[in-house]
Amino acid sequence: MNPYAKRLMWPVLILVALIVVNIAATGIDFIVPSVNDGRLGGAFVNILRRSAPLMLIALGMTLVIATKGIDLSVGAVYAIGAAIACQMIIGQEDQSAAGLIFSAVALALIVTAVIGAWNGTMVAYFGIQPIVATLILMIAGRGIAQLITGGQIPKVQDSSPFTQIGRGEILTIPVPIWIAALVFVAIALLTRKTALGLLLESVGGNPEASRLAGIRSKGITVLVYLVCGLCAGLAGLIGAANLGSADANNGGLWIELDAILAVVIGGTALLGGRFYLLGTVIGVVIIGTLDDTIINVGLSSQWQFTAKAIVVFAVALLQSSEFRGWILKPFKPKPEIAAPAPAEEVPAK
Amino acid sequence: MSTETLTERPSRSTLFDGLTRYIPIGATVVLLLVMYLGGIANFRNFDSPQVVAGLFIDYAPLLVIAIGMTFVILSGGIDLSVGSVMAFSTMACAWLTVDSGVSAPLAMVLVLAFGTLWGLLIGAVIHYFSVQPFIATLVGLFLFRGLTLQISDTDVSMREVDFWQWGMTHVEFGGKVRDGGFWLPYLSFVAFAVVIVAFVVLHYTRFGRGVYAVGGSEQSALLMGLPVARTKIGVYAISGFCASLAGVLAAFATKSANPLANVGAELDAIAAVVIGGTLLTGGAGFVLGTVAGVMVWGLLNTLIAFHGGLSSWWARIVMGVLLLAFILLQRFLARSGEKRRT
Repeated sequence: MNPYAKRLMWPVLILVALIVVNIAATGIDFIVPSVNDGRLGGAFVNILRRSAPLMLIALGMTLVIATKGIDLSVGAVYAIGAAIACQMIIGQEDQSAAGLIFSAVALALIVTAVIGAWNGTMVAYFGIQPIVATLILMIAGRGIAQLITGGQIPKVQDSSPFTQIGRGEILTIPVPIWIAALVFVAIALLTRKTALGLLLESVGGNPEASRLAGIRSKGITVLVYLVCGLCAGLAGLIGAANLGSADANNGGLWIELDAILAVVIGGTALLGGRFYLLGTVIGVVIIGTLDDTIINVGLSSQWQFTAKAIVVFAVALLQSSEFRGWILKPFKPKPEIAAPAPAEEVPAK
Repeated sequence: MSTETLTERPSRSTLFDGLTRYIPIGATVVLLLVMYLGGIANFRNFDSPQVVAGLFIDYAPLLVIAIGMTFVILSGGIDLSVGSVMAFSTMACAWLTVDSGVSAPLAMVLVLAFGTLWGLLIGAVIHYFSVQPFIATLVGLFLFRGLTLQISDTDVSMREVDFWQWGMTHVEFGGKVRDGGFWLPYLSFVAFAVVIVAFVVLHYTRFGRGVYAVGGSEQSALLMGLPVARTKIGVYAISGFCASLAGVLAAFATKSANPLANVGAELDAIAAVVIGGTLLTGGAGFVLGTVAGVMVWGLLNTLIAFHGGLSSWWARIVMGVLLLAFILLQRFLARSGEKRRT
């Protein structure tokens, strides 16, 4: 088995197990999509649709983590993106004007990209630890989002085409799934079909060695944070469009933790270097399915946090080689006989 | 040098030598004075001593959490679970005393012991299994929020239990507030005690020196023969204890438990620690700096409350700006330190 498939094996097995549990609990309808009113539905499609914002953020986070960084500000950036778009749209008389929607979306994306670039600049050029550099916006970001909305929750009219970003469908497939899929394909092509992915892994592995090898590691670092900010902004737009409103306080709350969790479940280590985009996708679907599974097997929704904690704990331990060594020690064949053997062999060498 | 610009932990052997290490905490103290004098100049009644005393009432739980966080951050780690552990501790106090009929002092001891044990466990996982502190403490963040919600998803009142009246029993100093005096409840004195004990432990004991050494360089500390395992596990136990103690203080202060209380308290604590001059990479900082950092956060909110016209989200924005300023200041000092040596 090649190492890439080996990395993906565990996440895929967990996902399959979750799906089997769900099918056992609710029947085969869970996985089989249905078409209602010219729109793809069904429990699993809904999970995918709801997971789209997390998917976008987790993809951006994968790139950041690949460079040995982390972006804690994505939840706040999500709220800022949502706030900008909604606030701009409700300020106008005609909330359905195509030009208005377009400029609102464009402005939100530009601002969130700039925020991402700012994070990247702090990390690359000021030499600040990623966790610290992005902590600043994690703390201040929701305040900024509230500043934009004036402390209110702006509500966009349901008739506005803006809501279609979250609720609509193209060729019967929900728009959020389209967006997430397009972003995934774009990032996958950029990183796997060009040298960019290799450069990313190089920067994550050893920035100084990369620089000496002629890679502009600082530029690449800024770029990945920019992409991560952009993804967070896009996720905020989908979330806001789906709800038709932007809640600066609770929109995208803890999504940064879910995103980091998805990346880690997907097999990308927080230590930088190798990254697995497909693993992240599976990680996101696992998290999305987990929430539904808890309801489907009859547990109260309060179990969601606890279940997530158990998953994080299990994944963290399974990825620790020390833990694997410790837990497997009793199963190792006869260590007491194997132990003195090397000592006797030393003189022979 | 660009070597350390992207790596997780910049080399900082030359950082903060001599008087330079007092610059960040000095800046925090100056900032505090400016904020306080600005408040006096602009608002009537701001010069009442009760304004300052109030900080130690409203922010006593945050102060206790931030003290525990100082130990963890100094050792080069981070603890994201404190907000959830705190909320869980408050809820557990309510549940044990109101629903299960456990006597209140016993409930308090149980909660504190549990928080400490949890810290020990997570510290052991971090040290022996090399799990990153960020991920390992994330478990606590989710787990205890979940457990808190499972105990109760609505507020639980503890008003009927006499024991919880103790914390807000207060002592007056210099007469009534309107006569220029001020009062402090017992729970503030608990917070003071934590500060004093933490100060002594961190600056005057072998364990405290070990915390700095491990935060400076774990490898070097190990080679020097310092008990790295004990130190690393110890700081998480301290943080767990502080978080559960903060939960008990919150139970005293509000006499009720809210399952969604203290969401994001870990961020406030981390911000207070950094503004107090502690390096987030570990190895440099002071307990009293953290006290100053918490006071900055409290005074900021007090100023906004006095102003009346500003919304509370300004506090977060200003906190972010301050955080940025302090981090850049630390960076600048670190760089000039490196330049002097080379």
